[in-house]
Amino acid sequence: MAMRIRNSASRGTMMSRQISGLRSMSSWWKNVEPAPKDPILGVTEAFLADPSPDKVNVGVGAYRDDNGKPVVLECVREAERRIAGTSFMEYLPMGGSVKMVDETLKLAYGDNSEFIKDKRIAAVQSLSGTGACRLFADFQKRFRPDSQIYIPVPTWSNHHNIWRDAQVTQKTYHYYHPETKGLDFSGLMDDVKNAPEGSFFLLHACAHNPTGVDPTEEQWREISQLFKAKNHFAFFDMAYQGFASGDPARDAKSIRIFLEDGHHIGISQSYAKNMGLYGQRVGCLSVLCEDEKQAVTVKSQLQQLARPMYSNPPLHGAQIVSTILGDPALKGLWLKEVKVMADRIIGMRTALRESLEKLGSPLSWEHVTKQIGMFCYSGMTPEQVDRLTSEYHIYMTRNGRISMAGVTTGNVGYLANAIHEVTKSS
Amino acid sequence: MESVFSNVVRAPEDPILGVTVAYNNDPSPAKLNLGVGAYRTEEGKPLVLDVVRKAEQQLVNDPSRVKEYIPIAGLADFNKLSAKLILGADSPAIQESRVATIQCLSGTGSLRVGAEFLKKHYHQSVIFIPKPTWGNHPKVFNLAGLSVEYYRYYDPATRGLDFQGLLEDLGAAPSGAIVLLHACAHNPTGVDPTSEQWEQIRQLIRSKSLLPFFDSAYQGFASGSLDTDAHSVRTFVADGGGCLIAQSYAKNMGLYGERVGALSIVCKSSDVASKVESQVKLVVRPMYSSPPIHGASIVATILKSSDMYNDWTIELKGMADRIISMRQQLFEALQAKGTPGDWSHIIKQIGMFTFTGLNKEQVAFMTKEFHIYMTSDGRISMAGLSSKTVPHLVEAIHAAVTRVA
Repeated sequence: MAMRIRNSASRGTMMSRQISGLRSMSSWWKNVEPAPKDPILGVTEAFLADPSPDKVNVGVGAYRDDNGKPVVLECVREAERRIAGTSFMEYLPMGGSVKMVDETLKLAYGDNSEFIKDKRIAAVQSLSGTGACRLFADFQKRFRPDSQIYIPVPTWSNHHNIWRDAQVTQKTYHYYHPETKGLDFSGLMDDVKNAPEGSFFLLHACAHNPTGVDPTEEQWREISQLFKAKNHFAFFDMAYQGFASGDPARDAKSIRIFLEDGHHIGISQSYAKNMGLYGQRVGCLSVLCEDEKQAVTVKSQLQQLARPMYSNPPLHGAQIVSTILGDPALKGLWLKEVKVMADRIIGMRTALRESLEKLGSPLSWEHVTKQIGMFCYSGMTPEQVDRLTSEYHIYMTRNGRISMAGVTTGNVGYLANAIHEVTKSS
Repeated sequence: MESVFSNVVRAPEDPILGVTVAYNNDPSPAKLNLGVGAYRTEEGKPLVLDVVRKAEQQLVNDPSRVKEYIPIAGLADFNKLSAKLILGADSPAIQESRVATIQCLSGTGSLRVGAEFLKKHYHQSVIFIPKPTWGNHPKVFNLAGLSVEYYRYYDPATRGLDFQGLLEDLGAAPSGAIVLLHACAHNPTGVDPTSEQWEQIRQLIRSKSLLPFFDSAYQGFASGSLDTDAHSVRTFVADGGGCLIAQSYAKNMGLYGERVGALSIVCKSSDVASKVESQVKLVVRPMYSSPPIHGASIVATILKSSDMYNDWTIELKGMADRIISMRQQLFEALQAKGTPGDWSHIIKQIGMFTFTGLNKEQVAFMTKEFHIYMTSDGRISMAGLSSKTVPHLVEAIHAAVTRVA
């Protein structure tokens, strides 16, 4: 065989080499189907393609200022000025920036957390919230292969993709109540009660995506007690700390309740929204363990999952976070800027609700101000959403989710009018 | 409350990173770190390229820049420029829009995303990797769900390529199997096929419809020439066949920690390439949603400016030349010392690493007696050497070879 190959290096066989290359390649990807468009990102694509001057994008899950423009926080700009030109670009450890992780844990667990002092938290820098959830899902699969994850209905659509690709069995639990446009608390508690002991649950720490419906503090306490009775594992996805109420401590209340009650939880934290670092992909995965030894062990295993995925996490976003959180003045500025963003959203909720009520809508729009965070689950049907798009050039996801971040004083009247028009006869 | 993870055992230390940990703990002023897989200057310091600093400043000073999510497939201009860099601007595959390129997290991320795509959409799930190879390769492919087989590569007797073994093992691979190829500067051995050998490898691979998956982590860094180091990849693409390519900017642009790379899949037609890209995005979304913006922006800034591109090629050649010069110095010093053995492999091998041929016991001896830190397989990073430290290394090698079996 080797002889044949060596002797075939002649002009006449060049063509046949090329042809055989093509022929053998044709069968490789013949069966590849075009993938469906991402339901969320497809909305922005359609919006961009629309030439209408009236168009409004309330599909985007990214903050916009009152002029509809993306925002880079001042504290971030300052941090970048300090970083540029000064630091090396060496590899971070597999677990990421220790400084950034330490500051991030303080946000979730509390500045004076005993768990931090006792070194009981296994924590690694992650690729934003998605990366943290995926690392945890992979870890869950590897070390609790028979477990399943309970996911709320509805949830961020990518949650299903994440646990599916990690090959963890998924179940769902009741969460949103379409009639009240609020929490289906009794449905939730029933599902928690009926799940087998020791089940894993995905909880949105605050500002539930896509509904904006959060349990009250009292309800969180009841959920925590039931989790205790059932020995369930609570995994919190906290993508909006500070962004929901404007107060990071308040937004972490659900987590603090579970910690007080003695749960050993897992947390995914993201700086995409609350520091506006979307494209930098900065986040943190933490798992509270029995003791320091176990934390070291668990962290070592999380790193083993990160290494064959991306080796070590990106540096720049982590540097921005640790520069800001490590400097009291910059941290103070950040807290102010987060509150501004949260307050603007809350203001837009009020404006939208009042506009709809002024228009004489026969429906209740109470939920617009009761819900919290970036999104409002309007209750509109896919058909009504389609009308909003085709008749009014308003873009949102077909589940009726409105990104309040896309609402401005400039477009809230137009938006309210359009919503009124498509819903008034329902 | 008992932890649900009390059954978890501690993972072993990473063999490569453990070397640096031990080095850091050594108080000796004579210590030398030859484990590090990152470039060091003659003064032993990390390096940020001037052109990178310039790009960085441009970005920071541009108030119109925002930090929004970039698309799942990454920055479009970065992707185009990366494909051009590895395939050549005149590549027919590019001109015919047959290449799907997706920004990924450096080489590791590109390999993982490519492997996951193959697991989902390719009819074969076995990948043949060279023996030895970068320690992380088997883990990447295993976690993606591929099964790993080895093909012979390094010949300890010659400290060169086991070409016959390679041809036999790839010749025996099942039709359609995936084959991992180091585009240049094989890690950890520094042993590359000659261009004649590459041609034979190419013919064998095409004759068996094997699917080549290139790992290109050192383009420009090996020989000093971006085109020369891309030659193996380009001959495969020139024959009209397909392949996968994982590109990294960690070493050649010094962007290690920023995690910048690209996965390219060369397809039969632009229609297929577009479908393939859409499917790769489905792999990325549940892994990390979209790649990080910063490093890719730096790369795109440099590659799209002809001045900055030229400056880059000069700095890149500077790094490659320093490494080549260290090889020469080490070889000549060992000759001058009369150290027993044939040390010509030091100058025959290419890239950041030299597979010295020293055994575990000799390595341990060098660490204990001479405070020289390297991986136990005898691999040294030439990037960690300088003219000042070559004599110390020579002493250590000489002692190890003459006193330890």
